[in-house]
Amino acid sequence: MLLSLEQVGKTYVSAGMPVEVLRGVDLCLGRGETVALTGESGSGKSTLLHLCAGLDRADRGHIEVAGHDLTAANDAALAALRRTAVGLVFQQFNLIPSLNVAANLAFQARLAGHEDDAWIKALADRLGLSDLLGRYPEQLSGGQQQRVAIGRTLAARPALILADEPTGNLDEATGDAVLDLMMELVAEAGAGLLMVTHSPRLAARLSRRVHLSGGRLAA
Amino acid sequence: MRRTALSALLSHWRRHPLQLVSLLLGLALATALWSGVQAINAEARASYDRAAQVLGQDRLEQLVPSDGQRFSQDVYVTLRRAGWIVSPVVEGRWFRAGHSVQVYGIDPFTAPQGTLPGAVQAGGGIVDFITPPGQAYAAPQTVADLAGQEGLPPLIAAEGMVPGILFTDIGIAQDLLRAPGRISRLLLAQGQPANRPPLAQIAPGLEPRAPQEQADVAQLTGSFHLNLTAFGFLSFAVGLFIVHSAIGLAFEQRRPMFRTLRALGLPLRTLVGLLAAEVMILALIAGLVGIALGYVIAAALLPDVAATLRGLYGATLSGGLSLRPSWWLGGLAIALAGAGVAAAQSLWRLWRLPLLAPAQPRAWARASARGLLRQGGLAAVLAGVAVLAGVFGQGIVAGFVLLGAMLISAALALPGALAVVLAGAERISRGVLAQWFWADTRQQLPGLSLALMALLLALSANIGVGTMVSSFRMTFTEWLDQRLPSELYVTARTEEEAARLRDWLTPRSDAILPIWKVEGPVLGQPAEIYGVADHRTYADNWPMLRAEPDVWQTLARGEGAIVNEQLWRRERLSLGDPVPLPGGVERPLVGVYSDYGNPRGQVIVGLADLVAQFPDLDRRRFAIRTDPAKVPELRAALVADFGLPQDSMIDQVTVKQISLMVFERTFAVTAALNVLTMGVAGLAMFTSLLTLSTMRLPQLAPVWALGLTRGRLARLELGRAMMLAALTMVLAIPVGLLLAWVLLAVVNVAAFGWRLPMHVFPGDWLWLGALALAAAGLAAAWPAWRLARIQPTELLKVFADER
Ligand SMILES: Nc1ncnc2c1ncn2[C@@H]1O[C@H](COP(=O)(O)OP(=O)(O)OP(=O)(O)O)[C@@H](O)[C@H]1O
Ligand SMILES: [Mg+2]
Repeated sequence: MLLSLEQVGKTYVSAGMPVEVLRGVDLCLGRGETVALTGESGSGKSTLLHLCAGLDRADRGHIEVAGHDLTAANDAALAALRRTAVGLVFQQFNLIPSLNVAANLAFQARLAGHEDDAWIKALADRLGLSDLLGRYPEQLSGGQQQRVAIGRTLAARPALILADEPTGNLDEATGDAVLDLMMELVAEAGAGLLMVTHSPRLAARLSRRVHLSGGRLAA
Repeated sequence: MRRTALSALLSHWRRHPLQLVSLLLGLALATALWSGVQAINAEARASYDRAAQVLGQDRLEQLVPSDGQRFSQDVYVTLRRAGWIVSPVVEGRWFRAGHSVQVYGIDPFTAPQGTLPGAVQAGGGIVDFITPPGQAYAAPQTVADLAGQEGLPPLIAAEGMVPGILFTDIGIAQDLLRAPGRISRLLLAQGQPANRPPLAQIAPGLEPRAPQEQADVAQLTGSFHLNLTAFGFLSFAVGLFIVHSAIGLAFEQRRPMFRTLRALGLPLRTLVGLLAAEVMILALIAGLVGIALGYVIAAALLPDVAATLRGLYGATLSGGLSLRPSWWLGGLAIALAGAGVAAAQSLWRLWRLPLLAPAQPRAWARASARGLLRQGGLAAVLAGVAVLAGVFGQGIVAGFVLLGAMLISAALALPGALAVVLAGAERISRGVLAQWFWADTRQQLPGLSLALMALLLALSANIGVGTMVSSFRMTFTEWLDQRLPSELYVTARTEEEAARLRDWLTPRSDAILPIWKVEGPVLGQPAEIYGVADHRTYADNWPMLRAEPDVWQTLARGEGAIVNEQLWRRERLSLGDPVPLPGGVERPLVGVYSDYGNPRGQVIVGLADLVAQFPDLDRRRFAIRTDPAKVPELRAALVADFGLPQDSMIDQVTVKQISLMVFERTFAVTAALNVLTMGVAGLAMFTSLLTLSTMRLPQLAPVWALGLTRGRLARLELGRAMMLAALTMVLAIPVGLLLAWVLLAVVNVAAFGWRLPMHVFPGDWLWLGALALAAAGLAAAWPAWRLARIQPTELLKVFADER
């Protein structure tokens, strides 16, 4: 099992009032599996993804990623897990503004210590970034930045890909192509994909679909 | 992992070279000013240490006269015969035509092992040394200074000697110093025979003195060096403001990057470690540059400092500046420490920051109302410390605590004070644009506050030091007129000539006032004792600070003494207290006079009284009162008719010029540091404005979109910077005046022993204010120009993506 969540709960305190965003989420995701996560805006999808990535800690319940119990891990262990096993595509693209596209693409792979130049070049071709390698993020459009962020994640060949609306800024054709790429990688490497999307069309292409509402998941 | 992350962090600087330059420059300048001052101090200290070693006085016990006067060499013969192993020394200052040198006469046969410089021992035959005209050894620099002077024995340059002194045979020196048959003190060799008769029996006028590790000058000049150090530190602190703001800005701008790095799996500990390493690497580079700059500054200032020390304290520095490892290591250490202090806050914030905290660069170091209040509270605490130090403190250290606490307190209070002023302006202003301007300025304040604080420090230091120097100059010129009323000063070559001179001058002048003095210990420290003639010149002119009625008559009757301000302050004397003179007699204190520029104590008694106590005193100097218009004529007659050499006379005008020059140079160093500090503050302004301007687009774009031209916006930006500088200047005036008062009434009193009245020069403030406005205008000009010419697409980007 790549990812398993058991009765995960998360409560934010905003303006002094507790807001219970997740109230007992259960989810399992195996190798080669692709799962679409849908839900209204503000329902807690990003929160759930952040918990799975070890960016934040759950208040209740258990999360396990690639056999590691996130609830018991310390910060250094969480960082190591993010570096080696998890690939995150953020809702905001979070590129490094002072590095050019090529350096951004290779960044996570380098950080994890396994850079594969041929693979990165292939990714750049597939994502249509080959002509933009020398540019800086501020010189790219939103969709181009989105593709760099996806490329950066895929370049590191993570076991678990967590993507937060990765195609939100892309036109239909490009979005489809990017999704194809991700699904290919998942199939090839026996990885897993948990993807937040608002598009029923894209959700339908994945192997499974879960819906977040009222702090719980429904199939 | 570390390499990848570090290169990402460093890539920020490649994209923001200006930020990098301002960080490096700020730190380098701060280090330069600090280490420049330290280099000067180290050089002086080394000179003093070498002076302390002259004749082995740092190791050997000596026998010195209890009244401080030279004594007959018969005493030496008696002691030798009785079995004491002693060696005679005669010592004194030799003057001729503006040149002077400290002469040491020694006996090469009895001088203890290792007391003479190697060159003297190794140099030529002893016969040449002791037979007239003899030989004199001196440092090459001193030999060059004295070249061509008549009346000195042949000079031999010897490496490694302390500059400003001559070593010669005792007999030759007695002639040079016109002290035949007399000696100043005796060196005691180590290992004296056990059963020698007690000192009190055979030489009652002498007393033993323990080895002295510190030369007198080291003590005298201590306050002067502390003064320099304090100014060096002030400049360093101002420089740190730049570093702090540059580092803070670089951290704020990279916040999204930090978040991404952590999200991608870089542990927080590693991130903080890498950033700390980055700061240290930058500090190392800046430190090296700063040390090189500091060396240049020290080399440029050293001549002025040397002139001050010579003029004020008679301390001679050797000319060159040497690169001591302790000095440059210290400079590097202070650069690292400064960068560490400047970065500590940013690193601590990062350490505490939750991973998912919003990554938008907050308005740079946004100071909330709470932050301002906290800062104001700290300012109040420091103001309290300053008041405590002022009321209860003693001495120069308390003076500097007062100074430091006051300045930092004022700097901390500045943003709050400006915020209040701006809020007031916003309330009373009409029109939407004016309101936006004031509100927007207030929002800008946090980003500019560090630069404005640096500007406040520089401006108030400028006002304070400027007021001190101007007050000094004013008081000093008035005082010189009082102290030097006589038109001409002459020194005869012999006592016999002096007597003839008096007779010759009597019909040709209004009055002849002897200037006769002895030197000796008063209240435990070396002092000069002058005799004053009974003449109304003194009653009319002498700068008395306090006096009993009829003070001059009392002196003339030999029934009192007056002392200078420094002695009076040091010993906390009151009128009526006994003043013990060398040799044991006491006179009641009947007056105190100001005596600027003299590090030693001084006592004045009646002339007849002085002669009665010290019959052997030197009677060759006179002051002559005459019509100022007749001075050139009298001088000519003295040379042509009487046969006195030109260089035995000096007129009032020349003496005043020389004295004033010494004081100008005394403050030249402070003034130079002041100008440099001002430059650093200007740089801080410039870099802050420039970096702020790149972050301001989101605030300016909406106003532009609503219909203000870019040119108008740019003019407003320029006006804003100048308005803030003007406000800061207004606030700097009271701070600067307070600073001047502390310098004049606390620090100078502790450092030099005299207190100056404070004079205020508002004209100077106008000039300084114009300078501050110009600096702010210049600093704002480039960012404003860029704003006026910015591409509309850049502004539109703000709306396109809210990254
Ligand atoms: N740090 C926080 N503090 C307080 N409340 C928060 C915080 N982060 C998120 N929330 C709240 O939690 C809820 C879920 O937020 P989340 O970002 O997970 O929603 P989402 O499903 O991803 O929405 P969207 O589809 O718009 O991206 C929202 O109501 C949000 O306001
Ligand atoms: Mg979301």
